[in-house]
Amino acid sequence: MDLLNALVAILNYIIIPATAYGAQLALGALGVTLIYGILRFSNFAHGDTMAFGTAITILVTWGLQALGISAGPLPTALLALPVGIAATAALMLATDRVVYRYYRRVRAAPVILTMVSVGVMFVMNGVTRVLIGVDEIRFADGARFVIGPQEFKAWTGLAEPLALRATQVITVVTAGLVVAWLFWFLARTRTGKSMRAFSDNEDLALLSGIDPNRVVAVTWIIAAGLATLAGTLYGLDKTFKAFNYFHLLLPIFAAAIVGGLGSPIGAIAGGFVIAYSEVAVTYAWKKVATYLIPGWEAEGLMQLLSTEYKFAVSFAILIIVLLFKPTGLFKGKAV
Amino acid sequence: MKKLLLASAVAALTAGGAFAEEVKLGISLGFTGPLESMSPSMAQGAELAMKEVSDSGKFMGGSTVVPVRGDSTCIDAAAATATVERLITTEGVKGIVGGMCSGETTASLQNVGVPNGMVMISPSATSPALSTIEDNGLFFRTSPSDARQGAVMTEIIMEHGIKSVAVTYTNNDYGKGLADSFAEAFKAAGGEVTIVAAHDDGKADYAAEVGALAAAGGEALVIAGYIDQGGSGILRGALDTGAFSTFAFPDGMVGETLETNFGAEVNGSFGQLPSSEGAGKETFVAMAQAAGFDGTGAYSAEAYDAAALILLAMAAAGTTDPSVYKDKVMDVANAPGEKILPGELGKALELIAAGQDVDYQGASSVELIGAGESAGTFREIEIKDNKIETVKYR
Repeated sequence: MDLLNALVAILNYIIIPATAYGAQLALGALGVTLIYGILRFSNFAHGDTMAFGTAITILVTWGLQALGISAGPLPTALLALPVGIAATAALMLATDRVVYRYYRRVRAAPVILTMVSVGVMFVMNGVTRVLIGVDEIRFADGARFVIGPQEFKAWTGLAEPLALRATQVITVVTAGLVVAWLFWFLARTRTGKSMRAFSDNEDLALLSGIDPNRVVAVTWIIAAGLATLAGTLYGLDKTFKAFNYFHLLLPIFAAAIVGGLGSPIGAIAGGFVIAYSEVAVTYAWKKVATYLIPGWEAEGLMQLLSTEYKFAVSFAILIIVLLFKPTGLFKGKAV
Repeated sequence: MKKLLLASAVAALTAGGAFAEEVKLGISLGFTGPLESMSPSMAQGAELAMKEVSDSGKFMGGSTVVPVRGDSTCIDAAAATATVERLITTEGVKGIVGGMCSGETTASLQNVGVPNGMVMISPSATSPALSTIEDNGLFFRTSPSDARQGAVMTEIIMEHGIKSVAVTYTNNDYGKGLADSFAEAFKAAGGEVTIVAAHDDGKADYAAEVGALAAAGGEALVIAGYIDQGGSGILRGALDTGAFSTFAFPDGMVGETLETNFGAEVNGSFGQLPSSEGAGKETFVAMAQAAGFDGTGAYSAEAYDAAALILLAMAAAGTTDPSVYKDKVMDVANAPGEKILPGELGKALELIAAGQDVDYQGASSVELIGAGESAGTFREIEIKDNKIETVKYR
């Protein structure tokens, strides 16, 4: 019984939340890494792209709700996603046309493009706020829990609650599907192959007749899709607040760099590494230890680091990885 | 020797306003900076009291009071110190309403206020550290210390029969001060605090904080944070994982968002927030409206009271000399005496002139305790049927 309690506590407070958060970070990091790999710059506007996509999705969700359309037990926002993705993709393509294309044509250094993306970030920041405001918005509807904490306790008779939210399941499942599709797309389709070729060696790709404009456009569309998806899933799981998406940029970049910039599989691994390290290192193990070692009451909280330091943890990992493996865990491009 | 004493007494009397003069009062508030939106209605509150006293014609033989504004910036201690220095040395003010924020107030008080023997009454600095500061009896405040809220929260939690709590606070002076003072009061009352953990505002994920709080356990969770910021994320996480079901909410967490975003989920949880009520506040709001500003603005009423206290203390001491009238502030603020509400400053001046005691109530039910800070009225709330309901005032 005590063993089960310990297991449930670990599941409830570490594994489930960290997995959902990891999946959200992984989707965000995938977008960053894709742009880095193919367009060759760190896109600082990614967090605000996520916010913009989510804002559109929320607006459409409200429209659907007003019309009385719902997805049953699933959040209505999932129905609104395609519109959000389309709008974000259109915005991305327009931005590329107006801003990035010029810098590509003059073959600007990556650091200049990065600075340009900071400018784009501020503009999108403003656009999102004008569009939907600065307030916190909750737009999750449908079933809230797959397993509710109180029901679980009543059902199993355990002392520890276990909660599994519908949004957490949706997040992980969707992330899995999308990642599988992305890998298939990159490895098997003609467009995917041309994107990888363009990423590996731009000049050679151009010589072999790959249309650069097409590769760039497809990259932006996929990045917009990933950003909107990541933003919406994050917003469903937590809440939407434009300011928080801007802050999300930090762990997302940490994840992408730890995994190896430019490496899709690395982005996913990095997302989970960052999420798990944030949660597990600052967890207070007292309760679990008390369950596991009968007859012994832990003195303190058995907390390795207090929660103020959770960001220090992810950055420590980042620094260690960069020191010993500058290309990241999965051999991305050196930064 | 006798002659000298006599001479100085005569000098004090003449300086003390036997003749009508112009008395300058400083207003040192953060007109720029993070609280710039609050400052105007606070300054207007203070100026309203000054105007009322001037217009009554009964202050120090018909003296008028002239406000002098200075920008304390709220966050820049050096700028606030320079401002207060200018008010004292260049403008020659006889008392200061300010500062606004705790850190800046401490700096300007210690560097300029105390060395120059200037009375400062802050309407809004709430840090517990200001209760014990070395002030030579020159510093007062018309807002309650956060330590007081810690004590009130302890009472409320104890009355709910809860003996062990986990505490999380937003990682700034407000959160830390409140959490520390609460933890101290709660332990002193025989309760157990399982953990005091900080959370940062505006972060992407609070799973780590919720995990640590849940592991530490407790019958209720005290969230000393902001409902529009990280406090909301912590509350969401704690509810969703089933870690806690009862919560205690201090002032930063009691807001409309709590009802709209959490509603039924926090039924049965409770909290408190500083709040003045009653005739004094209503009168003040009406007066403010007539004067063309919003009297319901945060700390506007307290600013009115701060200015009124300085002026009544001057009248009671019969002098505008800060080193003399500082001893009268507590007398005019507290019982015994006739209760004085906003708009009755003229009456108070008459009573004082007639040698009678006054008990200044003002707009925020002023009652100065300890080292000269407001006891404050707290509104105890409980969430019932998805709504924040007032239980009582304490």
